[in-house]
Amino acid sequence: MYEGVVQDLIDELGRLPGVGPKGAQRIAFHLLAADPTDVRRLAEALVEVTVKVKFCKTCFNVSSEDHCRICRDPRRDPSVLCLVEEYKDVVAIERTREFRGRYHVLGGAISPIDGIGPEQLHIRELMVRLADGAVTEVILATDPNLEGEATATYLTRMLKPLGLRVTRLASGLPVGGDLEYADEVTLGRAFAGRRSADD
Amino acid sequence: MHVAHLSLHDFRSYPTLELPLEPGVTAFVGRNGQGKTNLVEAIDYLSRLASHRVASDAPLVRHGADQAVVRAAVVRDGRTATLEVEINPGKANRARVNRAQLPRAREIVGLVRTVVFAPDDLALVKGDPTDRRAFLDDLLVLRTPRLAGVRSDYDRILRQRNTLLKTAGAARRGSSSQEGALSTLEVWNSHLVTVGAELLAARLQLAHDLRPYVAKAYAAVARGAGRDDADLVYRSSFDTPEPADGRPTPTAAELTEPFLARLEERLKDELVRGHSLVGPHRDELLLSLASAETRLPVKGYASHGESWSYALALRLASYDLLRDDGDDPILVLDDVFAELDSGRRDQLAELVAGAEQVLVTAAVAEDVPKALAGARFRVADGEVRDDA
Ligand SMILES: Nc1ncnc2c1ncn2[C@@H]1O[C@H](COP(=O)(O)OP(=O)(O)O)[C@@H](O)[C@H]1O
Ligand SMILES: [Mg+2]
Ligand SMILES: [Zn+2]
Repeated sequence: MYEGVVQDLIDELGRLPGVGPKGAQRIAFHLLAADPTDVRRLAEALVEVTVKVKFCKTCFNVSSEDHCRICRDPRRDPSVLCLVEEYKDVVAIERTREFRGRYHVLGGAISPIDGIGPEQLHIRELMVRLADGAVTEVILATDPNLEGEATATYLTRMLKPLGLRVTRLASGLPVGGDLEYADEVTLGRAFAGRRSADD
Repeated sequence: MHVAHLSLHDFRSYPTLELPLEPGVTAFVGRNGQGKTNLVEAIDYLSRLASHRVASDAPLVRHGADQAVVRAAVVRDGRTATLEVEINPGKANRARVNRAQLPRAREIVGLVRTVVFAPDDLALVKGDPTDRRAFLDDLLVLRTPRLAGVRSDYDRILRQRNTLLKTAGAARRGSSSQEGALSTLEVWNSHLVTVGAELLAARLQLAHDLRPYVAKAYAAVARGAGRDDADLVYRSSFDTPEPADGRPTPTAAELTEPFLARLEERLKDELVRGHSLVGPHRDELLLSLASAETRLPVKGYASHGESWSYALALRLASYDLLRDDGDDPILVLDDVFAELDSGRRDQLAELVAGAEQVLVTAAVAEDVPKALAGARFRVADGEVRDDA
C-alpha cells in the first residue's frame, strides 16, 4: 500500500479495462516522474470528455453538441436509417464510405442473460423518430451473433407492419463476430448486398 | 488415419514432449497419476476441442503456465498434415493446419477423428439422459463438423430463453415487465425452433444410422447375444411428423411446425417452472435389450456385465459408423481393460486389433490383452520411454 493519494491513483487506474494491479502501479509511477505539464494536459483531456462528450439527442451517437455531425449534415439521406448496437459500429460503417443515410444507436442488443430487453434499448425513441414517415428504409446492422440476430428479428417484426423497407446486411460477415472488427471491404460488401429482412 | 508424431507444450503434466508414434497398437503402461491419460487426452482434444475428462480448458494447461500447445502430425491416405491447437483459457484458442492459422479454432474440429473408450463409459448406459445426449452430439460433430456451431448456438439460445422465462415468471402477471419479456419470447422461440430443429433432425438421422451398428456390436461383444438383442430409440420431447418422400427421418423444415406448436402448448408450465420444457435438450436416447419374451430398458434393468457390454457396443458402433463414412478414426482405450472381465476383455481386444491406430493405456502390462501386441511405452514421472 502506498501513501493516500498515490494509492487512490493506482486504484482508479486499476479500474480501467485491460489494466491490472501491476500495470496500474507502473502507470502511476510513470505519471509521478513525468513532466507536470504533460500530466496536467492528460488530466484536462479526461475532464473535458466528461463535460463535452454527449450523446446525440436524435441518434445516440457520441457528439460534442446536442446533435451529432451526421444528424446535422444536410447531405445525408434522411430516408435511410441504419440501426447499430453501439456507436463504435457507426465508426466502422463510416469507414466503408458505403452508407450515406443516418444512424440510430440502440445501445446494445437483446440479451436476457445480461438483463437487456427492448426497454433497455433506444427503441421507443426509434419509434418516435419514424413517426413522421420521412424514413422509408431501415437497415438492421446489428452484430452477426445470436443476440444481434435476435434483436434484428425483434425489430423486423416491429417495423415491417409500418410499411417500411427493412433490410439486413448481406451474409459474409464472420458469424459469431462483432461488427466493429469486420474489415472495411467485407463490411462494405455486406452493405451493398443487403437484402430484405424476413423474420 | 493415424498420428505419426505428437508434441506437447505445457499440456497437463507435460512441460514439453516429443513423441513419435506408429500405426497399429501402441500401449502406454505406468502407475496411476503418471501422465498416461494426459497423452491420449491431448489427441482427443485436437479432434473435438473438448476433453473427455473436463468441461473447461483451464485444467488442460500445465499448472503455472498461461498457454498449452498440442501439435500432431496426422497421416491420412498417405498424406501428412500438421495440426496444432493453442489453448488459451479465458481467451480465444487458436488452431493451425500446416502452419496456416484458421479463421476460428473451431474449424479444426473433425480433421482428426477419435473414438475414446474410458472407464466413465458405463455412465452412457447407467447415467442421466444428459450423458446419452452428449454421446450423440459428440458423434454428430465428428461426422458433420458444422454442427459444432449449431450445438453451441442452441445451448446459448436456451440459456437466454431460460433467463427470460424466469424473469417473466417472476414478474407479476399483466405487469409491463412481463409484457416486455413476453414480446421478446416470440423472438427466442423462433430462434430456438430454427436451431433446435436442425439439431434434432441431425440426431434423429444419427440414431437411425447408428441402430444397426449398435445391434451388431452388442452381438459381437456380449457372448451368446443375438443380432437383434440391442436396440435404441430416440424419444423427442414432442411428436415428430412422418417424413415425406420415404425418407427415414424428418428434415429440420418438417420439424419446425410441430416444435413450435408444442412450445406454445407448454408456455404456461414454462413460465411457472422458469425453464424451457420442449426441445432437444429434453430428449432421451432409450437403450433396450431383448429379454425372454419382452424388451427391457438397459438402465435400471440390465446387469453390470450387460451394461458394460452395451457401453462398449456404443463406442464400437461409433467407430464402425465413422469408418464407413470414410476414414478410420483413431481408437483410444483409456484404462478400460482393468474394468472388464476376461471374456469381454478378449472380445474387445479382438474387435479393435485391426484398426489403423489403437492407443491403449494401462496401469500394468498384464492388463493389455495379448491380441493387442505392438509398441510399448513406459510412462513414469511425466517421462515417456520406449519399452521395446
Ligand atoms: N494442469 C496440470 N498441471 C500439472 N499437472 C497436472 C495437470 N493436470 C493433471 N496433472 C497431473 O497429471 C497427473 C494425472 O495424469 P494422468 O494422465 O491422468 O494419469 P494416468 O497415468 O493415471 O492416466 C496427476 O498427477 C496430476 O496432478
Ligand atoms: Mg488414466
Ligand atoms: Zn445523431
